Amino acid sequence: MDEQLKQKIESLIQSSKVFLFIKGTPEFPQCGFSAKVVQILQELNIEFTSFNILSDEAVRKGVKDYANWPTIPQLYINGKFIGGCDIVTELAHSGELKKLADQ
Amino acid sequence: MLNQIRQKLELAFPNSKVEVIDTSAGHEEHNSPGAHIAVLIVWEGFKNKSLVEQHQMVYNTLKDELKEDIHALNVKTKVE
Repeated sequence: MDEQLKQKIESLIQSSKVFLFIKGTPEFPQCGFSAKVVQILQELNIEFTSFNILSDEAVRKGVKDYANWPTIPQLYINGKFIGGCDIVTELAHSGELKKLADQ
Repeated sequence: MLNQIRQKLELAFPNSKVEVIDTSAGHEEHNSPGAHIAVLIVWEGFKNKSLVEQHQMVYNTLKDELKEDIHALNVKTKVE
Protein backbone atom coordinates (compact mmCIF):
# COMPACT_ATOMS: atom_id res chain seq x y z
CA MET A 1 0.00 0.00 0.00
CA ASP A 2 1.01 3.55 -0.77
CA GLU A 3 2.92 4.93 2.23
CA GLN A 4 1.05 8.22 2.19
CA LEU A 5 -2.31 6.44 2.20
CA LYS A 6 -1.18 4.18 5.03
CA GLN A 7 -0.15 7.21 7.08
CA LYS A 8 -3.47 8.88 6.40
CA ILE A 9 -5.38 5.81 7.59
CA GLU A 10 -3.20 5.48 10.68
CA SER A 11 -3.61 9.12 11.62
CA LEU A 12 -7.38 8.76 11.24
CA ILE A 13 -7.46 5.67 13.44
CA GLN A 14 -5.35 7.39 16.07
CA SER A 15 -7.34 10.62 15.97
CA SER A 16 -9.86 9.24 18.42
CA LYS A 17 -10.06 6.52 21.08
CA VAL A 18 -13.01 4.98 19.25
CA PHE A 19 -12.86 5.34 15.49
CA LEU A 20 -15.32 4.04 12.92
CA PHE A 21 -15.10 3.77 9.14
CA ILE A 22 -18.65 3.79 7.77
CA LYS A 23 -20.64 4.35 4.61
CA GLY A 24 -22.30 7.72 5.09
CA THR A 25 -22.44 9.67 8.32
CA PRO A 26 -23.75 8.79 11.81
CA GLU A 27 -26.77 10.98 11.03
CA PHE A 28 -27.35 9.46 7.60
CA PRO A 29 -25.71 6.04 7.29
CA GLN A 30 -25.78 4.71 3.72
CA CYS A 31 -25.88 1.03 4.60
CA GLY A 32 -27.71 -1.14 7.12
CA PHE A 33 -24.50 -2.55 8.60
CA SER A 34 -23.05 0.91 9.18
CA ALA A 35 -26.34 2.09 10.67
CA LYS A 36 -26.38 -0.81 13.08
CA VAL A 37 -22.87 -0.17 14.45
CA VAL A 38 -23.64 3.56 14.87
CA GLN A 39 -26.80 2.65 16.75
CA ILE A 40 -24.97 0.22 19.05
CA LEU A 41 -22.29 2.77 19.92
CA GLN A 42 -24.89 5.46 20.58
CA GLU A 43 -27.00 3.16 22.75
CA LEU A 44 -23.95 2.30 24.87
CA ASN A 45 -23.04 6.01 25.10
CA ILE A 46 -19.67 5.32 23.50
CA GLU A 47 -18.30 8.48 21.94
CA PHE A 48 -16.71 7.96 18.56
CA THR A 49 -15.33 9.72 15.53
CA SER A 50 -16.23 8.45 12.07
CA PHE A 51 -15.04 8.74 8.51
CA ASN A 52 -17.31 8.40 5.49
CA ILE A 53 -15.45 6.06 3.14
CA LEU A 54 -17.84 6.98 0.31
CA SER A 55 -16.19 10.40 0.32
CA ASP A 56 -12.73 9.06 -0.52
CA GLU A 57 -12.17 6.20 -2.97
CA ALA A 58 -8.52 5.71 -1.97
CA VAL A 59 -9.38 5.40 1.72
CA ARG A 60 -12.32 3.13 0.83
CA LYS A 61 -9.95 0.65 -0.81
CA GLY A 62 -7.09 1.31 1.59
CA VAL A 63 -8.90 0.44 4.82
CA LYS A 64 -9.82 -2.97 3.44
CA ASP A 65 -6.18 -3.80 2.77
CA TYR A 66 -5.00 -2.18 5.99
CA ALA A 67 -7.17 -4.38 8.23
CA ASN A 68 -7.26 -7.36 5.84
CA TRP A 69 -11.03 -6.99 6.09
CA PRO A 70 -13.18 -6.84 2.94
CA THR A 71 -16.21 -5.03 4.30
CA ILE A 72 -17.34 -1.75 5.88
CA PRO A 73 -18.00 -0.77 8.71
CA GLN A 74 -14.73 -1.21 10.56
CA LEU A 75 -14.34 -0.31 14.22
CA TYR A 76 -11.07 0.60 15.94
CA ILE A 77 -10.59 1.14 19.68
CA ASN A 78 -7.28 2.50 20.97
CA GLY A 79 -5.80 1.98 17.52
CA LYS A 80 -6.68 -1.73 17.49
CA PHE A 81 -9.00 -3.25 14.89
CA ILE A 82 -12.04 -4.65 16.70
CA GLY A 83 -14.12 -5.95 13.80
CA GLY A 84 -17.12 -5.33 11.58
CA CYS A 85 -20.85 -5.30 12.27
CA ASP A 86 -21.19 -8.94 13.36
CA ILE A 87 -18.31 -8.83 15.84
CA VAL A 88 -19.37 -5.45 17.23
CA THR A 89 -22.89 -6.82 17.75
CA GLU A 90 -21.52 -9.88 19.52
CA LEU A 91 -19.20 -7.83 21.75
CA ALA A 92 -22.03 -5.42 22.59
CA HIS A 93 -24.24 -8.29 23.75
CA SER A 94 -21.51 -9.81 25.90
CA GLY A 95 -20.67 -6.46 27.51
CA GLU A 96 -17.12 -6.63 26.16
CA LEU A 97 -17.52 -3.62 23.87
CA LYS A 98 -18.29 -1.18 26.68
CA LYS A 99 -15.31 -2.54 28.63
CA LEU A 100 -12.97 -2.04 25.68
CA ALA A 101 -14.22 1.51 25.16
CA ASP A 102 -13.79 2.34 28.85
CA GLN A 103 -10.21 1.08 29.01
CA MET B 1 -25.44 -20.38 -5.04
CA LEU B 2 -26.20 -21.35 -1.42
CA ASN B 3 -24.94 -24.87 -2.06
CA GLN B 4 -21.77 -23.57 -3.66
CA ILE B 5 -21.08 -21.40 -0.61
CA ARG B 6 -21.80 -24.28 1.75
CA GLN B 7 -19.45 -26.60 -0.15
CA LYS B 8 -16.64 -24.06 -0.12
CA LEU B 9 -16.99 -23.53 3.62
CA GLU B 10 -17.18 -27.27 4.37
CA LEU B 11 -14.04 -27.80 2.35
CA ALA B 12 -12.18 -24.96 4.06
CA PHE B 13 -13.30 -25.97 7.55
CA PRO B 14 -13.19 -29.77 7.70
CA ASN B 15 -15.69 -31.49 9.99
CA SER B 16 -17.43 -28.23 10.74
CA LYS B 17 -21.13 -27.60 11.08
CA VAL B 18 -22.13 -25.11 8.41
CA GLU B 19 -25.41 -23.28 8.00
CA VAL B 20 -26.01 -20.97 5.05
CA ILE B 21 -29.16 -18.89 5.09
CA ASP B 22 -30.55 -16.64 2.38
CA THR B 23 -31.61 -13.45 4.13
CA SER B 24 -32.58 -11.63 0.94
CA ALA B 25 -36.25 -11.53 1.93
CA GLY B 26 -37.17 -7.95 2.59
CA HIS B 27 -34.58 -6.62 0.17
CA GLU B 28 -36.34 -7.64 -3.05
CA GLU B 29 -36.58 -4.05 -4.24
CA HIS B 30 -32.83 -3.63 -4.54
CA ASN B 31 -31.43 -7.14 -4.70
CA SER B 32 -31.64 -10.49 -6.36
CA PRO B 33 -32.16 -13.66 -4.31
CA GLY B 34 -28.95 -14.91 -2.76
CA ALA B 35 -27.40 -11.50 -2.45
CA HIS B 36 -27.98 -11.31 1.29
CA ILE B 37 -26.41 -14.30 3.01
CA ALA B 38 -25.85 -15.31 6.62
CA VAL B 39 -23.41 -18.09 7.48
CA LEU B 40 -22.91 -19.92 10.76
CA ILE B 41 -19.81 -22.06 11.15
CA VAL B 42 -19.11 -24.20 14.18
CA TRP B 43 -15.58 -25.50 13.93
CA GLU B 44 -13.05 -26.77 16.46
CA GLY B 45 -10.24 -25.21 14.44
CA PHE B 46 -11.38 -21.74 15.53
CA LYS B 47 -10.09 -22.51 19.01
CA ASN B 48 -7.40 -20.04 20.18
CA LYS B 49 -8.12 -17.73 17.26
CA SER B 50 -9.54 -14.24 17.81
CA LEU B 51 -12.97 -13.36 16.46
CA VAL B 52 -11.26 -11.12 13.90
CA GLU B 53 -9.07 -14.02 12.74
CA GLN B 54 -12.07 -16.36 12.58
CA HIS B 55 -14.07 -13.96 10.44
CA GLN B 56 -11.03 -13.23 8.26
CA MET B 57 -10.80 -16.95 7.50
CA VAL B 58 -14.46 -16.98 6.44
CA TYR B 59 -14.12 -13.84 4.32
CA ASN B 60 -11.02 -15.25 2.71
CA THR B 61 -12.84 -18.47 1.79
CA LEU B 62 -15.67 -16.50 0.16
CA LYS B 63 -13.57 -13.74 -1.37
CA ASP B 64 -14.65 -14.47 -4.96
CA GLU B 65 -18.34 -14.51 -4.04
CA LEU B 66 -17.92 -11.31 -2.04
CA LYS B 67 -16.56 -9.56 -5.12
CA GLU B 68 -19.56 -10.44 -7.25
CA ASP B 69 -22.61 -12.28 -5.98
CA ILE B 70 -22.85 -11.46 -2.31
CA HIS B 71 -24.04 -7.98 -1.51
CA ALA B 72 -24.31 -8.43 2.25
CA LEU B 73 -22.81 -11.15 4.42
CA ASN B 74 -23.47 -11.86 8.07
CA VAL B 75 -20.91 -14.13 9.73
CA LYS B 76 -21.22 -16.03 12.98
CA THR B 77 -18.42 -18.33 14.09
CA LYS B 78 -18.25 -20.63 17.09
CA VAL B 79 -15.73 -23.14 18.39
CA GLU B 80 -18.42 -25.59 19.56
